Amino acid sequence: MVTGTEVGGAASSPPLTLKSRLRRSIGPDLDGYYFILPTVIIVFCLILYPFCLAVYYSMSNAFIGEETHFIGLENFHYIIFEDDIFMMTVRNTLLFAVISVVFKTVLGLLCALLLLRIIKLRRFLRGAMLLPFVAPTALTTLGWWLILDPTYSHINWIFEHVWPFSVLDVGPYNFLGEPTLALGAVIFVNVWRGLPFFIITILAGLVSIPDHLYEAAEIDGASIMDKFWKITLPLLRPVLAVIILFSTIFTLGEFNIIYVLTRGGPMNETHLFATYSFTAGVLNHEIGLGAAIALFLFPILVVTVILLLRLVRRDSQYEL
Amino acid sequence: MASIKLTNLWKHYGDVQAVRGINLDIGHNEFVALVGPSGCGKTTTLRMIAGLEDITGGEIEIGENVVNEVPPKDRDIAMVFQNYALYPHMSVYQNMSFGLKIRKTPKEEIDKRVQMAAEILNISELLERRPAQLSGGQRQRVAMGRAIVRDPVVFLFDEPLSNLDAKLRVQMRTEIKKIHQRVQTTVVYVTHDQVEAMTLADRIVVMNEGVIEQVGTPNEMYSSPKTHFVASFIGSPSMNFMNCQLAKTAGGLAVRLSDDLSLPVPEDRTARYAPYADKEMTFGIRPEHVTEKRPHANGAQQDIDANVNVLEPMGVDTMVFFNLGPTEICARAEPTSVSEVGETMGFTVSMDKMHLIDPSTGAVV
Ligand SMILES: Nc1ncnc2c1ncn2[C@@H]1O[C@H](COP(=O)(O)OP(=O)(O)O)[C@@H](O)[C@H]1O
Ligand SMILES: [Mg+2]
Repeated sequence: MVTGTEVGGAASSPPLTLKSRLRRSIGPDLDGYYFILPTVIIVFCLILYPFCLAVYYSMSNAFIGEETHFIGLENFHYIIFEDDIFMMTVRNTLLFAVISVVFKTVLGLLCALLLLRIIKLRRFLRGAMLLPFVAPTALTTLGWWLILDPTYSHINWIFEHVWPFSVLDVGPYNFLGEPTLALGAVIFVNVWRGLPFFIITILAGLVSIPDHLYEAAEIDGASIMDKFWKITLPLLRPVLAVIILFSTIFTLGEFNIIYVLTRGGPMNETHLFATYSFTAGVLNHEIGLGAAIALFLFPILVVTVILLLRLVRRDSQYEL
Repeated sequence: MASIKLTNLWKHYGDVQAVRGINLDIGHNEFVALVGPSGCGKTTTLRMIAGLEDITGGEIEIGENVVNEVPPKDRDIAMVFQNYALYPHMSVYQNMSFGLKIRKTPKEEIDKRVQMAAEILNISELLERRPAQLSGGQRQRVAMGRAIVRDPVVFLFDEPLSNLDAKLRVQMRTEIKKIHQRVQTTVVYVTHDQVEAMTLADRIVVMNEGVIEQVGTPNEMYSSPKTHFVASFIGSPSMNFMNCQLAKTAGGLAVRLSDDLSLPVPEDRTARYAPYADKEMTFGIRPEHVTEKRPHANGAQQDIDANVNVLEPMGVDTMVFFNLGPTEICARAEPTSVSEVGETMGFTVSMDKMHLIDPSTGAVV
């Protein structure tokens, strides 16, 4: 309907007050900012302030019980050029994350494909699958510590007493005492713990792929392998990208498993960023150094997230 | 040669008997439509022909070979699914070439065939798009393209047009017919829409509750249905049915609809209907055979008068609903000749087009 009055017309432009000028530059409604203020305060107090404090500490000689001085990039210089343990930590963290995530993805995919086929006991198996996921990490890792500990090791007991291992003369192994085995052990426990999440998520992704696509492919002449590589895997890509992203982030920051199983040992051979930073900063009281170590994870995480997000975004949303 | 032969075909899903002993011969390059109400077993039959569903009993032959145990990929068939089943992560080109690529067809050959099919279907400009970027009608074409490219001996369609709007459906129907004339192959076409079946098929197979009711050309199905079900299913609007008694009269037989309304049976049918004299029967007549009062073309036509209940103008004709005896029936009349609702109107019934059904067996006699 057209009427004589014009809304917002240029009949008489009001003088520009401070408030209206602000309104022009910030947005139409200043009141809106009051509403996001609580969030801004919480984000500042809980995320920004601690983060900045950590950055400041990393550039200081903070030591528990002593005065703190700004020392620039000295901590970073030390850990990069003089600290062998730090170099090992970087190597360990990358190995730990890459191997764990690869195993979780491949095994997760295999288990999910198996579970999809299983009809009997389906509900039970799917529930049981989640057990390592819901039990507290510290507790289950303690269980693994008992299994792997050289003195009580169940595995070594099996090697000694159960045929055919008993005649093959394998072991005993010092699973947590030898650097390579220890790294293998913590990776194994991390995979064990993270696998259920992968299985359940991939299973959900598999279920959402409609049957008629496989039927169409079958008529088109596709073999089982063709169907997997050309239908299943591409359609799972969005799901895979998301869980790989999350799992990588969490694995890079892993603390519990290492701390309970090896405490970074033997001889600091299994430290990750989190445990080494904790050891340096809290156990050895060198807060500045600990902060610098932990901060090193930040650029690695940023790069990982950017790379993986690119994978997720690239036209990976399909209409099924 | 790609004829299809179904012999005593059965399919059980647990306790559900989806298909119950079907026998059907489909000739080389014939276009056969399976039509019937929802749940009658059409899709199941088609999926058994495709090899997507195990056969509980019976035999399927494609081109002389029994294919019961042959996997879908070796049956040389292509199928167009109701929801198209396009691969969402592939472009139209990739969708259409998928089957050929799997079968290791040379690249130039693939390209040639895809371009040709795209041209036939008018989708040449869409080849780089993803299914999500296509309209329903375009997806439908791509689904057909994927089938055409493969150049199979048998085409299977499962309600390919049912997800399209009415106008597009009619348009694609014509297109499918044209394509079949161009790409000569055997086609089995499943639909629940009898108009689609009538317009497209060389022969129609009407199914009901897992069995075949009747097989015949569209004209046969229309003019001489063999069962009550086929009579009611084929034709739009559908045939009128009334309970009646077949009464003996001085001249022969008459369909007695009520105490004061009897319609004489044409002379040439008396012998055929004689065994049913004095029995309770169902009288069937199509709306187009009950018209406004017209000069009689032959002696079999009868005039009646009745009050108009409802009018449904359709453009060319107007459907007129009125009571014939105790039952309301539908007549098809010239729009200018109809009376107002509530007024009396004269009708002419072409009794030579009547059908008589034995209600105890459901068979048209
Ligand atoms: N996978 C199945 N499991 C159990 N019953 C089924 C299955 N598929 C179809 N049916 C049943 O078989 C009958 C025929 O189904 P269908 O062939 O799909 O009918 P139409 O395609 O004619 O609508 C229906 O009663 C349906 O419920
Ligand atoms: Mg169906």
